[in-house]
Amino acid sequence: MSEQKKRFDVVNKNLQKVDGEALVNGKKVFTDDLHRQTDLVAKILSSPIAHGEITNIDTSKAENIPGVELILHHRNVPRVPYTTAGQGYPEPSPYDAYMFDRKVRYVGDRVAAVAGRSWDAVEKGLEAIEVEFNELEPILDPKESRKSSVTIHDEESSTGIYDPQKNIAAHVDINIGNPEEIINKSDIVVKQKCSTQFAQHAPLEPHISVAQLDPQDRLIIHTSTQVPFHVRRIVSKILDIPIRQIRVIKPRVGGAFGVKQEVLLEDIVSLIALRTKKSVKVRYTREEEFRSSRTRHPIEVEVTLGADRNGKLQAITMEALSNTGAYGTHALTVLSNVGSKTLPLYNKAPNIHFFGDAVYTNLPISGAYRGYGAPQGYFPLEVAIDKLAEETGMDPLEIRKLNHIREGETSPIFEKLGEGREGIVQYIHSCKLNKCIDLGAKEIGWKNRKQVKKSQKNEDKARGFGVTINMQGSGIPLVDLAAARLKLNEDGSFNLYVGATDLGTGSDTVLGQIAAEQLGVDLDKIVVYSSDTDFTPFDSGAYASSTTYVSGNAVKKAAGKVKSKILTMAAEYYDLRVEDLSIHEGQIVSSNQTFELSEIALLSTSSKLETDQQQIEASASEVPEESPPPFSAHFVELEVDTRTGEIKILKYVAAVDCGTAINPNLAEGQMEGAIVNGIGYALTEQMEFNDSGTMINPSFFDYKIPNAEDIPEIEVILVESSEPTGPMGAKSVGEIGINGAIPAISNAVRDATGITLTEAPFTPEKVWKKLKEKSS
Amino acid sequence: MDIKLTINEEEKRFSIEPGEILLDSLRDAGYTSVKEGCKTGDCGACMVLVDGKAMTSCTMFTAQARGNDIKTVKGLNDELAEKLKQSFLDMGAVQCGFCIPGMLISAYSLLSSNPDPTKREIKAALDGNICRCTGYVKQIQAIKRAAEKWEKQENV
Repeated sequence: MSEQKKRFDVVNKNLQKVDGEALVNGKKVFTDDLHRQTDLVAKILSSPIAHGEITNIDTSKAENIPGVELILHHRNVPRVPYTTAGQGYPEPSPYDAYMFDRKVRYVGDRVAAVAGRSWDAVEKGLEAIEVEFNELEPILDPKESRKSSVTIHDEESSTGIYDPQKNIAAHVDINIGNPEEIINKSDIVVKQKCSTQFAQHAPLEPHISVAQLDPQDRLIIHTSTQVPFHVRRIVSKILDIPIRQIRVIKPRVGGAFGVKQEVLLEDIVSLIALRTKKSVKVRYTREEEFRSSRTRHPIEVEVTLGADRNGKLQAITMEALSNTGAYGTHALTVLSNVGSKTLPLYNKAPNIHFFGDAVYTNLPISGAYRGYGAPQGYFPLEVAIDKLAEETGMDPLEIRKLNHIREGETSPIFEKLGEGREGIVQYIHSCKLNKCIDLGAKEIGWKNRKQVKKSQKNEDKARGFGVTINMQGSGIPLVDLAAARLKLNEDGSFNLYVGATDLGTGSDTVLGQIAAEQLGVDLDKIVVYSSDTDFTPFDSGAYASSTTYVSGNAVKKAAGKVKSKILTMAAEYYDLRVEDLSIHEGQIVSSNQTFELSEIALLSTSSKLETDQQQIEASASEVPEESPPPFSAHFVELEVDTRTGEIKILKYVAAVDCGTAINPNLAEGQMEGAIVNGIGYALTEQMEFNDSGTMINPSFFDYKIPNAEDIPEIEVILVESSEPTGPMGAKSVGEIGINGAIPAISNAVRDATGITLTEAPFTPEKVWKKLKEKSS
Repeated sequence: MDIKLTINEEEKRFSIEPGEILLDSLRDAGYTSVKEGCKTGDCGACMVLVDGKAMTSCTMFTAQARGNDIKTVKGLNDELAEKLKQSFLDMGAVQCGFCIPGMLISAYSLLSSNPDPTKREIKAALDGNICRCTGYVKQIQAIKRAAEKWEKQENV
């Protein structure tokens, strides 16, 4: 650690977040803080039924309610097929959504929107709208979807659906070598099927968007989003207004985790603002957030491993059935990631078959959620690897070390399977996974685990230890684009403009640190301004663990260009050789002289330079050619109460190789947050539905996410590593932390009790039932 | 109905509707450090101090607050509050920051009555504040550290 710390002045340091002061003082920084009062407010009337056609909608009574100003529904808005997925254009998601459609496809789907002068008027307006439905049979079970006679997307105008008649939104099938044949001949075969549930992101700030017209009648949207540039493009498409007429601004965002990679409210506020010429706000209540925003794809995945008797993997097959819900947003890419973010980890298996479907159901819409398919894939894969260890008599750590990918190696999956299309050839330049395994094992006490288990006195409590390893990526190669612009001010400070989107992750700070390091100045000399489509250059947005790696490289490039312009000007003015100059701690340094950077800064716009005066500035774009994976090993020590089935996690250790941690505190925070999010996903979080497809637990009281008293002792270890293609050696770390909890806990429970948990979440009831089955 | 409330040691006049809740009154009056995360009393983002006690303002009628001393995070600027805020910043306990005002209210209330809390007591005090970003680890550490610094200073 010490050697690396010396290499950097600003990076790899725990500097305070650039927006921290405002946040701890509760200043007006979130969308609703900035727009508490708008001319109008609006709410959405959502479908009470899971599947049906709207045969009549009568808004006459609602229109007469005092204060109601506008009602939108399928008969008075453009019908343009699009996807709500805020992905790079052209999006790999089907265009199967409409602003308001003639059909409703899940409980919570859009029926109408009412805008009025008060919340009270709007709520009365919603109640007064009369809607008649021709109810259709809903599909609530993804296993029935492909063979059902019911078609959820029977409209001809939608495009990009793999097989609408069979309700298949997306399909993937890639084959390398002869996996099935090899498995038949393998010494050891392990089959493992696991399934995951509908789970929600639950950012503390629900979705909110505000739109208004500026004096030139341009549409200004303030919105809590991960993807301001995609919002601008998609709103332009739906409403058929030119991109130049739209400005999207992202204020501070109160958490996102993927759910704000969707265009959910922006089209509605925009159309209301355009039609009424008034400012308008829509914000979801917590209940609306649960019912109508997005969820994690529930996926059933079956893994089959074929290995020789020494535990070396020969072949892996993986079949996935993903439930995309009512619309296909992120259907193909999440499905792809179930394989593409997991199978390269075990590259010792030369034969691979990954295939599956994402199917429509009349349930809430699955979308992007931290991990993006990887947690669903790692669940059966890592349980199967543990079973393979048992079969061979090997230690679970050793079997993983034998089979995981290493520096200088590749996997054919990288090339065959990208995000919804072919991937890229990629070799691993940095992988300290063995070190992650060793350090994590030491911290959890892996070697002594058998003694600890034996020393357990209370016979109603079974103690167990579990391990899992995983990887993610850093952005989407040859798809993502990030750009940054830097300009020098007269006092030697810089404005950094990035399209990149800080969701609370601290990316404004991280990108500022990268700029400062490259320029040779302190972080307080960098004024970061992000996510405003009028003023900042393009960025795909904050998703796919892209910001530190992709946007970071754009910032580094732009800073390098600005630095060289500064040094060129300094060399000319002071009559020195530019090769002899550098910038360090805010000073321009030559072999025998130093000048304050602020001198050159002031000079650059001074009449002393006459016609040589210039604004020193530069911009740069970055398109990643690779997606270097961060790697991680997770360890769990837990107790199972054999009387009640309750799982109590005692200690959770995660060691991660994310390259250089630009800001170690923030990197640890990403891991800790994702781990606790993962523990909730593993133990308690589940959207539950009644027989007609209505979510029955849409509140924080009934949908249980972990709070401070629920968390075990958590230890995150940042393992020293440097990625040569990353900015200052960094990889990304936003998602990887969520991949471990489910398989690590499942493996630890088997270690404790002998039962294999295959369906998340692992509620006491499920555990108790399995314990009963085992004992009878 | 017109009522007067004492907020951050200032008397303020409010014109309220019957049934209006304190969270809405405060935010409408510009006290936007009080955040709305659920409006069912489950998340704690809207916490304020009511006579020194951390309470969710979404489960309180505005009219109930008459005669109470209401404090928002903006009104906390004594030494203890500054120590807590700085400790949160130093330890990386702030990510999106939406839950932070409520969490600081809980932490301030805890340390006001218990200047040297155990980890278990800190966890219990934060139990009404949901944070989805941090996993609570750094917030617990930040409160512990602020308490240590606070206690050291008090003892001098």
